Amino acid sequence: MAVATSVESAGSSQPESASWTLKLRQAIDRHLPMDHLLPDRQPYFVGSWVYVFGVVTIAALVWVVVSGVVLTFMGPQWWHVSGVGRFFNSLHFWSVQLFFIFMVLHLWGQYFMAGWRHGRAATWMIGVVIFGISVLTAFTGYLSQQNFDAQFIAINAKDAMNGAGIGVFFNVLNFGQMYGLHVMLLPIGVTALVVAHIVMVRTRGVVKPIDAEGGAQS
Amino acid sequence: MDTPTTYFHWGFILISTPNLLVIAGMVVLFAIALVAPFPHAEADDDGRRN
Repeated sequence: MAVATSVESAGSSQPESASWTLKLRQAIDRHLPMDHLLPDRQPYFVGSWVYVFGVVTIAALVWVVVSGVVLTFMGPQWWHVSGVGRFFNSLHFWSVQLFFIFMVLHLWGQYFMAGWRHGRAATWMIGVVIFGISVLTAFTGYLSQQNFDAQFIAINAKDAMNGAGIGVFFNVLNFGQMYGLHVMLLPIGVTALVVAHIVMVRTRGVVKPIDAEGGAQS
Repeated sequence: MDTPTTYFHWGFILISTPNLLVIAGMVVLFAIALVAPFPHAEADDDGRRN
């Protein structure tokens, strides 16, 4: 009972409270209201297939991660030799193709509707960063195949990396570095930024069409 | 599979046929998404979609 009382007092509005958990909870309530994060209704202009490209990109990303986790567990002998392994290898490859295709279609849609308006510049820029990290993730994926294709790409790419002066930090001939980046750091970066991207979209809602406000305004 | 692909060459533009087909397909898909009717897209009284 004493515990319940202290919790109730902590839950009451105390603006000068030193409790960081209380401040964090109040900040979440203020900036991330659940009716915005999980809405059951959308503005009428969202009723278009153009708005589906983003969620299809996320669906493809889920398949990329799931198939990638299986490939990581089983290893290159499995994904090159066995029938099921080659199936998951193909599943990983083609889900990446769909991820990039629909990410670019989502980019086209947001570009033509100027999706960065009304305080959504950070959402747009995070999308740009996601695109860049995704390209890097795909590149390290080609280097992680453990076949002649991967060797061919690495041997040719090293000159470009050295020419850009980043070969010492990003050595494409170092399989351990490329594989570690591909299965750990870069996917974590993409996934975390995608979550932030979605939360920002849900918090502010979908941008109004340009026609609905009498012309493009920043 | 082992034969080199064909390339589309027009002025300074040089692109492989498979890449050109993918981009053309994306443009077609984008155009279809703009004009294809979306199911249950009718607005209610306050202009929001259920």
